[in-house]
Amino acid sequence: MSLKAKKPGRGVAIVGAGMSKFGSFADKTSRDLFVEAFQAMAKSVDKGIETKDIEALYVGNFSSDLFENQGHIAPIMADWVGLVPKPATRVEAACASGGLALRTAFIAVASGLFDIVVASGVEKMSNLPTERVTDTLAAASDALYEAVCGFTFPGLYAAIATAYMAKYGATPEDFMRVGIKNHKNGALNPKAQFNKSIRDLMNSRIEKAKQKGEPTPTWHDELEFLKDPAANPVVAWPMRLFDCSPITDGAACLLLVAEDLAKDFSNTPLYIIGSGHATDHALPEREDMTTISAARVAAKQAYDMAGVTPKDIQIAEVHDCFTIAELVAIEDLGFFKPGGAYMATREGVTARDGAKPINTSGGLKSKGHPVGASGIGQVVESWAQMRGEAGPRQVPGKDIRLALAHNVGATGGTCVVHIFERR
Amino acid sequence: MTEERKFDSASFYQFLAEKKLMGSKCKKCHALYLPPHPICIKCHGSDMEWVELKGDGKLAAFTAISVGPTCTIAEGHDRNNPYLAGIVKMDEGPKICGRIHGIDPKNPDRIKVGTTVKVEFPEQVQGTRRYVAFKAT
Repeated sequence: MSLKAKKPGRGVAIVGAGMSKFGSFADKTSRDLFVEAFQAMAKSVDKGIETKDIEALYVGNFSSDLFENQGHIAPIMADWVGLVPKPATRVEAACASGGLALRTAFIAVASGLFDIVVASGVEKMSNLPTERVTDTLAAASDALYEAVCGFTFPGLYAAIATAYMAKYGATPEDFMRVGIKNHKNGALNPKAQFNKSIRDLMNSRIEKAKQKGEPTPTWHDELEFLKDPAANPVVAWPMRLFDCSPITDGAACLLLVAEDLAKDFSNTPLYIIGSGHATDHALPEREDMTTISAARVAAKQAYDMAGVTPKDIQIAEVHDCFTIAELVAIEDLGFFKPGGAYMATREGVTARDGAKPINTSGGLKSKGHPVGASGIGQVVESWAQMRGEAGPRQVPGKDIRLALAHNVGATGGTCVVHIFERR
Repeated sequence: MTEERKFDSASFYQFLAEKKLMGSKCKKCHALYLPPHPICIKCHGSDMEWVELKGDGKLAAFTAISVGPTCTIAEGHDRNNPYLAGIVKMDEGPKICGRIHGIDPKNPDRIKVGTTVKVEFPEQVQGTRRYVAFKAT
């Protein structure tokens, strides 16, 4: 038996996209964040959406159970925006929960069962102290054989980084360059948790030292700042603080409709022309730890469905939960050859004004990583860039008609890839 | 009575307590699994046998962790007292995660992928879970 490449039963379009501000909000719960994202999404629909017309809700969420002591959140999210008694489904795939919620919503509309649905994601992480957040995130790895010997989430990606350095000759500075680039983009994103460039952060530290009459630090550039353990302490070597995405609260929502309804809602809809989803073994059981095979498999499914190649993709939001993860991602997606991503990053190819802009939103690194919402938040950026609504961070000199989003769960146990087209 | 034990995590950690690093081998296609698998994920056969690994391997990837989970904080680790965790490729082929001893965690930039290591069986500290550990040789 041989199975043919899969096509959706019918076309699906995105006609609305919105997100809450990402950050650390002591006074907001997941439902407050969700309401904020839902309202932003509704506002973005050119011709308007009435809540009563939405037929189903899909909510990506990793672990409200552990983060907020709240399970069963899908009906609560539905209730808080007035969707009850419509069906609401929670989708969990660690940090790829949002991407998988989008894929689940896409399948629901493509199947013909629903015409109008919301794909969303939400996570409220900042209630817990750092060590409990570390425990909770480590629960997305293999608890029996990875986390048990003290591996944390940053630790697993740090291990990938050492394998990558040994195989390809990259250095810790190459990881830092990813963070510098993404913070530069995030500085232009008002919804980002850290909308400051590394240069700004460095200068404000120097200014603060001067004001306090302390010895003035002598960093000459961002790399010197990032190599200073006092400014950028190690979390799990070689991953330092500024190699790691932050602990974030946030939510994001997309409105999906059947393709033939798209123009009833939007002047400029995005069509989901490719979708892929795959799994991989726990990290030690992989033949090569410098690549995530789930990403390669999911990307191939998405490219084949869309009938496009990596070269055709104009911009991409990729899963940079750690700086090393972006390098692995852009190789897995076929944008660069294995081991080629760090040189491309050094040369500025992945910068906002480069040939292949990656993470124009600031990425998870600077925009923030509310794990269940991140996969949806990525598409909010694709929406803004493809409709020319990204303001000061709009990619210069490109009419963006083809974009990709790549969302990874844990160290790659899950990967979800989507390709969007503006016609 | 190794043959009668189930190919599961309880058996794996029981063997570890007996100072044995045990994997499972598919009798049909000879694929070797560490930790043990009950079903061969290559040929999907389920006729497995226990195999004891010699315990020698090389560091395939590692990290020195400064910000740990609650379990390693309880052991006394923190920013000033990091610990090493690694992924070891055993001489027999499979890779497994473990705590790495016998190398200075404070100078991780001097540690090389490829460093040879040997399994060790530290005494289990009361109130903590048993884990695989290796010592640099």
